Amino acid sequence: MLEIKNLHVAVEGKEILKGLDLTIEPGEVHAIMGPNGSGKSTLAYVMTGREGYEVTEGQVLYQGQDLLEMAPEERAAEGVFLAFQYPVEIPGVANTTFLKEAANAIRRHRGEAELDAMQFLKLLRQKVKELGIADDMLKRAVNVGFSGGEKKRNEMLQMAVLEPRLAVLDETDSGLDIDALKTVADGVNALRSPERSMLVITHYQRLLDYIVPDRVHVLANGRIQRSGGKELAQELEKTGYAEFAPEAA
Amino acid sequence: MTATSAQPFMDLFASLKADLPGEKLSALREAGISSFGSHGLPTPRNESWKYTNLRPLEKIAFRAAGRNAVSIDRLPSLLPAGAAEHRLVFVNGGFRSDLSSIETLPDGVELVSLSTLLEHDADRLAPYLEPNDQGPEQSLVALNTAMMADGVLLSVPRGVAVQSPIELIFIGAAMDQPLAYHPRNLILMEAESQAVVIEHHVTLGDGPETFANTTTQIRLAEGALLHHYKMQAEGPEAFHLETVQVEVERNAHYDAFGMSLGARLSRNEVSVRLNGEGATCHLNGAYMMRGQQHCDNTTVIEHLVPNTSCKEVFKGVLDDKARAVFQGRIVVHPDAQHSDGHQLSKVMLLSDQAEIDAKPELEIYADDVKCSHGATAGDLDHNALFYLRSRGLPEARARSLLVEAFLAEAVEAIAAEDLCPAFLASIADWLRTE
Repeated sequence: MLEIKNLHVAVEGKEILKGLDLTIEPGEVHAIMGPNGSGKSTLAYVMTGREGYEVTEGQVLYQGQDLLEMAPEERAAEGVFLAFQYPVEIPGVANTTFLKEAANAIRRHRGEAELDAMQFLKLLRQKVKELGIADDMLKRAVNVGFSGGEKKRNEMLQMAVLEPRLAVLDETDSGLDIDALKTVADGVNALRSPERSMLVITHYQRLLDYIVPDRVHVLANGRIQRSGGKELAQELEKTGYAEFAPEAA
Repeated sequence: MTATSAQPFMDLFASLKADLPGEKLSALREAGISSFGSHGLPTPRNESWKYTNLRPLEKIAFRAAGRNAVSIDRLPSLLPAGAAEHRLVFVNGGFRSDLSSIETLPDGVELVSLSTLLEHDADRLAPYLEPNDQGPEQSLVALNTAMMADGVLLSVPRGVAVQSPIELIFIGAAMDQPLAYHPRNLILMEAESQAVVIEHHVTLGDGPETFANTTTQIRLAEGALLHHYKMQAEGPEAFHLETVQVEVERNAHYDAFGMSLGARLSRNEVSVRLNGEGATCHLNGAYMMRGQQHCDNTTVIEHLVPNTSCKEVFKGVLDDKARAVFQGRIVVHPDAQHSDGHQLSKVMLLSDQAEIDAKPELEIYADDVKCSHGATAGDLDHNALFYLRSRGLPEARARSLLVEAFLAEAVEAIAAEDLCPAFLASIADWLRTE
């Protein structure tokens, strides 16, 4: 599904990722943990094509294709999804309009028929119900005036509607209380399938109690320092990141 | 002494004056042309014209638009097809009864072309057409007074509400030579009356230049309500200069929204005097400009008595080398305690070479007032653009969605919901025709 080889990324001339390697097979859920400033969000953004992230070396293969060559919208259409750490507010664009535009843009790319308003609403209602989202969140402008929890739930709704093959969740747990965290985790778990892979980026182990990963990696100083099973997350919870991040301290 | 820039128009006036309607108004016209002659066209040396230069007008040999029978196959409209309305059509400033249709109006409502009144009822109009010299910044009004040949008179008597909107369609059609025309509109709303007026300005073809110098005077008596909408979608060779002067009495409300997307050079100058307690006005506008277009929105709102309020929101999108001007002056006179004035100008610049000159001015001489203003200019929100693209929206679609959303906020605030679709469609059309 995803193969990252010796990835070096610089932001404004400063090297953030310094030779990162990571392979994710279909159906697997991997977690990346690490201290602040270790390059976790940089990894998420470079995978989705945000401007300002310069790849100086290395390769990212997604389903055998060079992911870094694709425009952000192509990546989305090919099934890559990023749940943003800080979802963006878009005044004047209704959430439903946005979701329908996105769903149909991706369907067009895949050569599938676009959904009309009725078909789309039916799909949306079902997803909304599963995620326990209030109807008025659909009518409001995208993320405008949403609470932190509502924004994260809205990310999960987008993920559920767009049905990606590779989902990257960037600090989806930040700012959530325990109930919201459970709802979000339920949404993620409902999407787990043998064809779908996930990369869960988090600072804390807490989220991984609910979204149990197949593999856990520690990212520090721009590289994967250690990899292991789900028990590695629990170990980190006790020991912290001190041993991995002398430079970041 | 005659200003150089005035000479061609004075020559035009001299050759034309015998044919202008209304003999009784000749003294008024002479006063108008002499005032214009001494001031000439406004120049950037005049404070309120600092950012808009009319010099290009001086290089064009405009002729007066005579009576002609340009054939018009299709009339533009902002109203949904089949909507009940009263429609007056003017071609090159002249009323065209063959294209107009006025449905049955409530008793006492007068809706007529000004030319007939200028001929037969000039005495009645004279008080509204006073040739008071308003100085060099208002020389276009003086020129209009000299040259006016047609326009609209709407008069609504006490307590009457005209339900169907009144659409005024101004079509410029210069076929073989540059044409200038000077529409004069009068809207007289008596106490507790109501009406909706829609101005729609277009030009035909991409022929020679047109110069529309319009003056619109509006009087709202106690408790009157006027919704005044405007669409300016003239062609790339058009010069569009409209001066709107509004008097608002006690508890009356003037509500205006204007959309500008056409013309090579346009200026919407609106001055509103809030003369009676409880008088309010909403002045809102949107504009979209590209290429080398220039669009100027200049407003002056005067709070003359206590307890008056105004609200202004202008939003614009500029691409290429387009340039826009927003000058918003709010004056609170010494007696006008408890005035409430809010003004906002927001511009989205889609190109490094586009330019906005925004000049908010609050002049407050009373001490117990609530007034605010804000002006912002920025480019497209890159975070929002990336967010939309990361969800699969192609870049072009993501950009247009953001621009549409930015302007739609201004459009959706307008009171007449049945006009929203047409204004929104004009935004979408503009975005499609890059």
